[in-house]
Amino acid sequence: MSRAIRPAVLVLAAVLALLVSCNGSSDSDSEGGAGTIVIGFTASLTGKLNVESVRQKNGLELWAKDVNDAGGLALADGRVLRFATKCYDDESAQDRVQQLYTRLVTEDRADFLVSPYSSGLTSAASVIAEQNGKVMISAGAASDSNYRQGFSLVYQVYTPASHYLTGSIDLIRAAAPDAKRIAIVHENDKFSTDVCSELRSYAESKGIEVALFEGYDSGTTDFAPLINKVAQASPAGILGGGHFQDGSTLARQLAEKGIPIQFLVLLVAPPEPSFGELGDAAAGVIGPSQWEPRAAFAPGDATEGVRGCGPAAESFVAAYRAAHGEEPSYHAAGGYAAGLVLADAILRAGGVETEAVREALDRTDILTFFGRMKFDASESAHGLQIGHEMVYIQWQKNREGNLVKEVVWPREAKTAEVRHPVR
Amino acid sequence: MVVELLPSAVDGLLVGVIYGLAAMGLSLIFGVMRVVNLAHGPLIALGMFGVHSLFTGLGVNPFLALVPVGALGFLAGLVLYFAAVHPVRNAPHLSSLLSTFAVNMILVGVGTSLFTTNFRNVDYSLGKVELGTLSIPGTRLAAAGIAVLVAAGLHAFLAFSRPGKYVRAVAGDREAAELVGIPSTRVLAASFGLGTSLAAVAGGLVAILFPFTILSGGTYELKSFVIVVLGGLGNPLGALAGGLILGLVEGIVPFYLGTGWVPVIEFGLFVALLLVRPQGLFGGKR
Repeated sequence: MSRAIRPAVLVLAAVLALLVSCNGSSDSDSEGGAGTIVIGFTASLTGKLNVESVRQKNGLELWAKDVNDAGGLALADGRVLRFATKCYDDESAQDRVQQLYTRLVTEDRADFLVSPYSSGLTSAASVIAEQNGKVMISAGAASDSNYRQGFSLVYQVYTPASHYLTGSIDLIRAAAPDAKRIAIVHENDKFSTDVCSELRSYAESKGIEVALFEGYDSGTTDFAPLINKVAQASPAGILGGGHFQDGSTLARQLAEKGIPIQFLVLLVAPPEPSFGELGDAAAGVIGPSQWEPRAAFAPGDATEGVRGCGPAAESFVAAYRAAHGEEPSYHAAGGYAAGLVLADAILRAGGVETEAVREALDRTDILTFFGRMKFDASESAHGLQIGHEMVYIQWQKNREGNLVKEVVWPREAKTAEVRHPVR
Repeated sequence: MVVELLPSAVDGLLVGVIYGLAAMGLSLIFGVMRVVNLAHGPLIALGMFGVHSLFTGLGVNPFLALVPVGALGFLAGLVLYFAAVHPVRNAPHLSSLLSTFAVNMILVGVGTSLFTTNFRNVDYSLGKVELGTLSIPGTRLAAAGIAVLVAAGLHAFLAFSRPGKYVRAVAGDREAAELVGIPSTRVLAASFGLGTSLAAVAGGLVAILFPFTILSGGTYELKSFVIVVLGGLGNPLGALAGGLILGLVEGIVPFYLGTGWVPVIEFGLFVALLLVRPQGLFGGKR
């Protein structure tokens, strides 16, 4: 009896194992075929990074669909490449990322990799890409440190964190050349402190005096003591902030106190649509964003050795809205841009060999609807994004008195002139 | 230098009165029944949500909403007293600490699932008041004014009314009070209700000024402990004075040092006072 059962159990176990493995690998999979290039990545379909990560995945998949629908990518030698995506759920967890990227390379034979969302997960994936000699485009990771570790095959699409606010100094200098004094107040966490330290050096290098540089605790709700101190320094601009909550509270309390300032530039909070709910306190506030649907970057405007590449912003926005029923965020746009960068490099390399594509990426200098893409080719910061600029939005009142977001910087993306003073 | 410090000092004092009001509730409860109420924080937070709900849901003026919030706080205090404090009133201190801590955990847990931990704002403005170089948000001035009125009302109640005298009698010597016919259980329950009501009203005032979550009460509970030790345990008016001192510290310290130094100085003061003058600056129960 038991002899008869044993093989049956083994067969059952084998069938179950097969079923499980099939389920595991069919998270998202578009069929490959002859001349088909597989792009492997993970997305956080579950866990804390779910929302942003799924948008990035949607953007990348939309790019693959657009290329395939247009008949594929035609190389100079007459070959036509089509793209297939292979995606697993990383559960927003670093250890899953390492396992899954290994699997993408060894079992799924991915030709190229795209990063997961967030700097933490991307650094885990970068190691695997580098070890296995695969080019990886990092779509949703702003941290600088990943590109200072000697990797040679990882390329960043986002503006690095150290440049989040530096553009605002250029903006202020262009709009008010007499503004020579600013105050920087920032949340005491790593991200905001790094961004603001870089901002301070940049401002000083441009001859702007930083009259006050001070951090505040992450849970701060009463900014009155800090605001009084800032008011004593009488700066032309207040720059800094941290995340949504503290940034919006600071803006609100600055308005309540009626501190006269020309510019108020805050991290993270202003681009969020709910920032507008602050009403008058939001008017005039400027904030950096990786991309805005209204940013008027046009591949057709490319000049001076920069080549235009990919669709215009309006057609991307329309296609994304048709596919997903919502306005694309910068996460989605970043996913699409990662595909554009890769396809452009493959086209110039004339094939998919890693070394040729790497050399092409090192020489990339293109203007997409997401902005300019150019990578640091030096050994010390290889792959770091050096072409893309943050766009700066400002909440402005339109003729009807409603608050709207306008892109005010850089010049080539702006939809309106910057308004100052704030009050 | 004084002119430069004035705005910070005024802002600190105005918010300090509200801290003081929250601490008065804690101090009253300890003074009357020797119970350290570890559920003080979430009760403050529930006051915040009370005002927020009445303002956003029914459009009630947030300052008027303090009246029903205070009344509900009193009722909640009565329920809490009979559920968690009365059964352990004669047990060692640890029992009441544990039971109020359990209430704290329950309230935070229920609050988190009901309200999540997203920040909320009571978006209400009264403009600003200009006094020379001073510029004070109207809401801050009004909130401080109400806190002073409530504190004065509590003082008058304890000093002059008959039930207030009962409270003081029970606080002084519960057995002696019972011997002269004072219903001590009812007085204890009412005192707990009053302390909770003060916490809820203070929470409501905080909600008008600053963003908050269900976890924000914890911050004000910690401040309340520092204030109560400053002012003297069981001395409600001392708590108000302690609140003003803490507010002043919070207003002025950032002027000279980074804001990160504020808790260092606050809790340094707390430890130093416990060592040197455990009865507090203004005297209290030991």
